[in-house]
Amino acid sequence: MSRKGRLLTIEIVSVALSIILFWVPLYFVILTALKNPQEAARMNLDWPTEIRLWQNIKEVFVFRDYMLVRAFWNSTLLTVLSIVVLTVVSSMAAFVMQRRQDKASPWISFFVLAGLIIPPAVVPTIWVLNGLGLFKTMTGLVLVEVALGFPFCVMLYRGFMGTIPKDIDEAAVVDGYGGYRLFFQIIFPLLKPVTSTIIVTQAVVIFNDFVNPLYFLPGSKNVTLQLTLYNFTSQFISKWNLLFTDILLITIPPLILFIFFNKRIVAGMVAGSVKG
Amino acid sequence: MSKLQRKIYSYSFLVPAAIVYIIIFIVPTFLSFFFSLTRWTLSDWEYIGLDNFITFFKEPYLSIGFRNTFIYAVVTCGLKVVLGLLLGVLLTGALRIKNYLRSVVFFPTLVSTIAVGITFSVMMHPTTGLINETLSFFGIKGPDWLGNPSIALLSVAMVDVWKGVGFATVIYIAGIMSIPEQYYEALQIDGGGSWHKFWHIILPLSRPATNSVIILAFIGGLRSFDLIWAMTKGGPGFSTDVIASIIYKQYQAGFYGLSTAGNVILFLFVSLLAFPLSRFLTRKEVDL
Amino acid sequence: MQRKSIGMILACLLLLAGLLSACGGNNNGNSGGSTSGTNGASEGSSAEKKEKVKLSLLVDNSQDSINIGEALSKAFTEKNPHIEIELETRPQGTEGDNFVKTRLATGDMNDVFFYNSGSLLQALNPEQNLLDLSGEAFLDNLLESYLPVVSSGGKVFGVPFRSSVAGGWFYNKKIYEEHGLSVPKTWDELMANLDKLKGTGVAPIIGSYKDTWTSQLIVLADYYNVQQAEPNFANDYTANKAKYATTPAALRSFQKLGETVGYYNEDLLATTYDTALAMLAEGKGAHYPMLSFAVPVIEQNFPDLIDDIGFFAQPGDDPNKVGLTVWMPDSAYISANTKHPEEAKQFLAFIASVEGAEIISGVTTPSGPFVVKGAELPDDVPQVVKDMMPYFNAEGQTSPALEFLSPVKGPMLEQLTVEVGAGMRSPEDAAALYDQDVAKQAMQLGLEGW
Repeated sequence: MSRKGRLLTIEIVSVALSIILFWVPLYFVILTALKNPQEAARMNLDWPTEIRLWQNIKEVFVFRDYMLVRAFWNSTLLTVLSIVVLTVVSSMAAFVMQRRQDKASPWISFFVLAGLIIPPAVVPTIWVLNGLGLFKTMTGLVLVEVALGFPFCVMLYRGFMGTIPKDIDEAAVVDGYGGYRLFFQIIFPLLKPVTSTIIVTQAVVIFNDFVNPLYFLPGSKNVTLQLTLYNFTSQFISKWNLLFTDILLITIPPLILFIFFNKRIVAGMVAGSVKG
Repeated sequence: MSKLQRKIYSYSFLVPAAIVYIIIFIVPTFLSFFFSLTRWTLSDWEYIGLDNFITFFKEPYLSIGFRNTFIYAVVTCGLKVVLGLLLGVLLTGALRIKNYLRSVVFFPTLVSTIAVGITFSVMMHPTTGLINETLSFFGIKGPDWLGNPSIALLSVAMVDVWKGVGFATVIYIAGIMSIPEQYYEALQIDGGGSWHKFWHIILPLSRPATNSVIILAFIGGLRSFDLIWAMTKGGPGFSTDVIASIIYKQYQAGFYGLSTAGNVILFLFVSLLAFPLSRFLTRKEVDL
Repeated sequence: MQRKSIGMILACLLLLAGLLSACGGNNNGNSGGSTSGTNGASEGSSAEKKEKVKLSLLVDNSQDSINIGEALSKAFTEKNPHIEIELETRPQGTEGDNFVKTRLATGDMNDVFFYNSGSLLQALNPEQNLLDLSGEAFLDNLLESYLPVVSSGGKVFGVPFRSSVAGGWFYNKKIYEEHGLSVPKTWDELMANLDKLKGTGVAPIIGSYKDTWTSQLIVLADYYNVQQAEPNFANDYTANKAKYATTPAALRSFQKLGETVGYYNEDLLATTYDTALAMLAEGKGAHYPMLSFAVPVIEQNFPDLIDDIGFFAQPGDDPNKVGLTVWMPDSAYISANTKHPEEAKQFLAFIASVEGAEIISGVTTPSGPFVVKGAELPDDVPQVVKDMMPYFNAEGQTSPALEFLSPVKGPMLEQLTVEVGAGMRSPEDAAALYDQDVAKQAMQLGLEGW
């Protein structure tokens, strides 16, 4: 077979596989969200007799006193706050960890990298948060997300920081810059590529986080989207159309992020992780 | 290091991160060693020595939990490495549709784990699910993917791979793209084929990417909880229980001390496997 | 230079603190917003001179509990305009148990909450966490048999917010007629009925093991039969003297479950509670072992088919000793930390009155008799509830389920019963493992003698 023919075969096979493996599940979710409860319960790929997406969306939103609206707000708040704190504190930490080498450095690195491996101790964390009056609060959950996302972000930042020449620092010092002015006015802007990678990946992780809200933010007043979805499985029993409408709605924010930042993600990974 | 440098790279930069990280992560980790030795109601505790650990090891399903955790981590990690590498090579090659494929493969990593779990458990329904309906169209009677105890764990692992392979692929793409051009040029001069190129250039030189994928996927596999919980809750019976789900069940039952003991065991289990693994991999990397 | 860097640190910390307080402030903002709403809403009752009080009530998120909670709150506020009740929901099942335990342990439970009676209540450490109601006049309205299941250490903590519930076998009468079957009086007759239904296209028994808790029914609803054979089992069990694995009558409960293997619907492990009720109503399955709180759900979803459903107690081996295992009603409790104990007690007094019971039967079909003195079942209850009444009306034909007689109940039972019912583990093995699980629970509760 010619080289061109072989290429075409691979292309056709991979498109077919991508349709079966990725488009069919997505199509299934969308289709079920269009259906009425009886047709949705059949869980098949038949085209619905009536399209009632709008009605389903309304029903999902109104459900339990607009719980979903509250959940959208909480999830957004959680994601935005966590990301802001996370990027600031981990880029600052990575700056010193990459630039400064002394006796303490290996220990600091060890403790930070241990965070990538060690599973968090859940109940003691609840106990500590409760003692600080932060259990069941958004603040507490933001701090948890920051603490758990910190090691990964430091790793990416540190890897990228290595590509910024130290000469810049020295020139700045000659110009009379202090450490903080150097970092915030010169270094931090240079970190932009990896910062955007971190924003995208961590936003998705935190937005989709299920375990931490489950443990640290129980209560129907402060539900996040993932918890509503989990709880809806027991409440929407036999209303698969509503459950899948919910899934569809929850997938939209990451989808938007994805469409805008698709290219950035790979570029940022090339820049950050592998060299690091 | 000069005094000036010490001043510029001041440890005060670490303070905000350190406060959060120490209070929320380091302190609870150390506390867990203490609380695992107590009968604990959150408001007060009673020291009971190693009883929690004894109870935990007597749990008849704990051995299943260890085995499942290990199998799950190895299977998901292995498949992510193999498929990620293949996709990485394919998607840095000459395909005209590689941008489309990159997007498609990466998309599941962005979808919520719970949503993925619910969707697939509906599709894996033994009689009305999409998968078995399709199979029966071809005259095959599909198994009860999540109900048959001998394949339930593997079914969940497949979904995990489906969701996570995009991330591994991106790491590989990044790794393969950072291989300098002159290696390929040298190969062209020597006249090696594409198999040769894969075996002698891409595979060894994407070693750092392989290490990242192995470590991230393996640790992720050992700690995995949410997908399993969303799909089977450890069932049927205990057949898909992993250490993390056992810990959660003890927490649910209000056995806080026991749950924390489980945490300590998971901590040791993960550390004993992951630290040597990462040391082994990085040493190999240096040898190269 | 020095000063500058300190300034930057401060700025960073301020930024952090600002962010954190921004979201903290937000929480306050929310609650502030809702209180102001309260004042606006109750303006009409300005004649009342009493101070406005707001109670919060936690109920599980089943539609039935929410209906009851809403109806009771509304009726109560109409009578006491100065007290408003705000409803909050929590998950059901073990997730919900965990939710309640965590709230109590961290000291921020709602003023009033609905929860199970019996052993699940005992696991909440009631003497420390709940408000003692002993000596309150409204307790006199309640049946003597009910009080022990909401008591601990001689103190009483709760009042019932439902009718009592029976555990047994729902069956589809149309299928019974079609195949000429009659209500079984012994376990063997039941097995014979199942055999006749095998291979007819309907599932002899409906299993819904996707909701694991439903798998426990055959074991738990057998307790009347255990008690007939071993009257002292509950006490000995609590005292760590009797075991499931070594008491033949108790082991029999697990064995009965084991004998049903193979009679279930094919998709047993993927079927949910809700689907199971639909299968029963629509005649796709003949039997469904379940608690009678399923009656209002069936009536709501299948009003035309409710008369096709019948109910019988899980039979034992002696046709002359058939009796019903009864679940005491779930109850309303007051948190020990409440700021409004008097108002909360007023609310409980209302729930425990005949009027309260009437409001409850107005929004949901009673699934058995009330334990409030003088509260009668409405005449229009469906036949399936009437099927239960002879057991209640006769002397000695009911027994409370074990969880109301003993504080020990292991959390692992539902996984074990899934394994037995799905044929993955032998009943004997499961009973022995369950005994271990119970020992673990007793140890974690710090019970005497374990």
